[in-house]
Amino acid sequence: MEKLIETEDLYTNFFTFEGVVRALNGVSVVVNQGETYGLVGESGCGKSVTVRSMMRIVQEPGKIVGGKILLFLSSEDRQKGIDIIKRSEAFMESIRGDDISMIFQEASTSLNPVLSIRDQVGESFLLHRRGELLEETLKQLADELKSNGFPLAMAWKGFQRWLFRRELESLRRYEKHVKEIDRELYELEEKTDPRSTRRKSSLNARRDRLSEHDFLVSAVKKSPFLERYYKKIHKIVENKIIELLKSLGVPNPANVLKSYPHELSGGMQQRIVIAIALACNPTLLIADEPTSNLDVTIQAQIIELIKMLKENIITSVLFITHDLGLVAEVCERVTVMYAGDTCETTSVKELFKNPLHPYTKGLLSSVPRIEQVEKLHTIPGTVPNLINPPAGCRFHPRCPSAMKICAERKPPMVEYKEGHTVSCHLYPGEEV
Amino acid sequence: MNENGHNVVDIRSLKKYYPVRGGVFKRHIADLKAVDDIDLSIRKGECLGLVGESGCGKTTLGKTILRLHEATDGRIYFDQPKDKIEEVERLLASQRPEEIARGKTLLGIMDITRVSRKRLLALRKKLQIVFQDPSNSLNPRMLVKNIVAEPLVTQKLVESRELEDKVVSLLNTVGLAREHLMRYPHEFSGGQRQRIAIARALATNPDFVLMDEPTSALDVSVQAQILNLLKKLQSDFSLTYLFVTHHLLVVKYISNRIAVMYLGKIVELSETEELFTNPLHPYTKALLSAIPVPDPDTGIEKIILSGDVPNPIDPPSGCRFHPRCRHAREVCREEVPKLESAGEAHQVSCHLWREL
Repeated sequence: MEKLIETEDLYTNFFTFEGVVRALNGVSVVVNQGETYGLVGESGCGKSVTVRSMMRIVQEPGKIVGGKILLFLSSEDRQKGIDIIKRSEAFMESIRGDDISMIFQEASTSLNPVLSIRDQVGESFLLHRRGELLEETLKQLADELKSNGFPLAMAWKGFQRWLFRRELESLRRYEKHVKEIDRELYELEEKTDPRSTRRKSSLNARRDRLSEHDFLVSAVKKSPFLERYYKKIHKIVENKIIELLKSLGVPNPANVLKSYPHELSGGMQQRIVIAIALACNPTLLIADEPTSNLDVTIQAQIIELIKMLKENIITSVLFITHDLGLVAEVCERVTVMYAGDTCETTSVKELFKNPLHPYTKGLLSSVPRIEQVEKLHTIPGTVPNLINPPAGCRFHPRCPSAMKICAERKPPMVEYKEGHTVSCHLYPGEEV
Repeated sequence: MNENGHNVVDIRSLKKYYPVRGGVFKRHIADLKAVDDIDLSIRKGECLGLVGESGCGKTTLGKTILRLHEATDGRIYFDQPKDKIEEVERLLASQRPEEIARGKTLLGIMDITRVSRKRLLALRKKLQIVFQDPSNSLNPRMLVKNIVAEPLVTQKLVESRELEDKVVSLLNTVGLAREHLMRYPHEFSGGQRQRIAIARALATNPDFVLMDEPTSALDVSVQAQILNLLKKLQSDFSLTYLFVTHHLLVVKYISNRIAVMYLGKIVELSETEELFTNPLHPYTKALLSAIPVPDPDTGIEKIILSGDVPNPIDPPSGCRFHPRCRHAREVCREEVPKLESAGEAHQVSCHLWREL
């Protein structure tokens, strides 16, 4: 299996007034091409922080303080991957929503209440797919210009074509430039001598400054009457959105387009959020508790939808949840997290059949089951405060089989058997 | 559960409508039928689970029982002998005005929705509630000591001298200790806060406790702790629970009987085992199949309901579930199904349950 995204020993801290919250304590996860990967854990275990770090959208006062996030996107950088922590913000912007996109936890708060659905879904098309949109518009205009029409209208169309061409040219120029910088950065990535370090930082700064600004096009876009020429593109975007919404099972998409988030039900809002994430056919879809505020029947609808999308459209899904039932249903491989540590990584079947880490065992037996009759098993105590986390293994104060060494040393990630790694002193072995 | 045990709460044709106002003069234009004509009895010592999706009226029903909401119509008898209830019902249903009048005067003492404020205060001693989110239901400016003591003080149950000991013993029963007395709610974790809320509910030694989604704001491992605690308390204090939740596996674990609600109506009422092994209503079947099962090898076929819960202001005609039901027929569109008995301790409200 080929890797798609990998975090290596990731540390993320939050610098708050009370102290430094050590949210991630060396997290290493690998998402492969074409798989559905799950991150499970209780609230505050760092699953959301992990994916936010992957997207580099950790909110203030949080900061990624150590580790690597390697991205293996195109075939040329398959060998070593791009370390996205070292890249510029502009580079991240080009990736977010295009190659990696995310569904956030609460649909009602992640949608903008003052923008219509059309504006919100269309945004990613206009941002990432403008070149294709412009080409399409030009093709349309060329067809229209071939036929005969009222001279003034034809002149207006000719003017539009001229503007669109000009915009496309400046866009292509910009893209070419960006590509050159990215290639050079990629070649310099591993070098640490002062000369290339300087070169790297200057390239990153240049990439941030670079813009495709064209004086004439932006002047026309701002002028009161002439800006109408851009409506053509919006029309095309609208058709694309309608198509997308239709494929997600939104009834009556043409009407939904014009509505605002508060007019839709919870399940429908979640579909819109999914539509925003899917607009540019991402390689990796990160779903951060996509169903946590929905009813069971609506949850079943959304899960079915994500499964369908996984089969047909997107290559990989990173699914975050606290519900072990959902994990069993959706994921292929899972990592169990606890207080910023990764406890165990394995395939779903193995996890439910043969859990190794004491936390996983506790978690599995504290979920009420259909055939449950005897008393529910509980894990004593609560999740620790991460400003002052327990030394050694962070689970040891709650662990039924804690030993002396657990309080002293953080257990290494050990391969127990093929495809099943665990981080616990109960299972000695060599670190992977 | 013994059949002869008398009911703690007996609900007869309870309705709770919220008026919807609109127009320039805020005219009354429609009713939001949150609870529509519900009959339900809660037996002594049982835990009745009330399940449904959000907006189906389950919390409204619970809160109406405690008279935190005023009922629009209907009667709720609290801790009354069966024959007395039947007598009043007979009087109310009779044709003669003087009998109806007599029934109404009797209701004034027996019916929670009609008793006077003074009687209600006494009743509240016996009826308590644990709310959904403990971080919102505890006053952040009060010490734990005062939070738990508040019902005791208002009901004048304990002398001030003994108050602290009583509070400590309550905290002990829920797994907290004397050292927690002088702290504020924000110093506790979610699970501990819920324990405080439970201690407060138990303070007046109630008969009936309404659990309004007590574990939905908690994590899995903490949820298990709270569920076990609630189970233990129920047997220790011989409590009766109405357990409102949307989580079917939780309700399966804790309840003896389960009522499934959909859009203000009870669609199925049955013993827990029976409901999970032999669900009759198509909605219950869909709900059960939609539970994510923590086992990757289950081959259960999912029934995916299409669409959302309809707007309760303008509910569908006939059976309220028919627009989402895959077995819906002509009769479902026209007639409202009644809650009818389908075997021992199993009631269902569906026209087609025999055939499905």
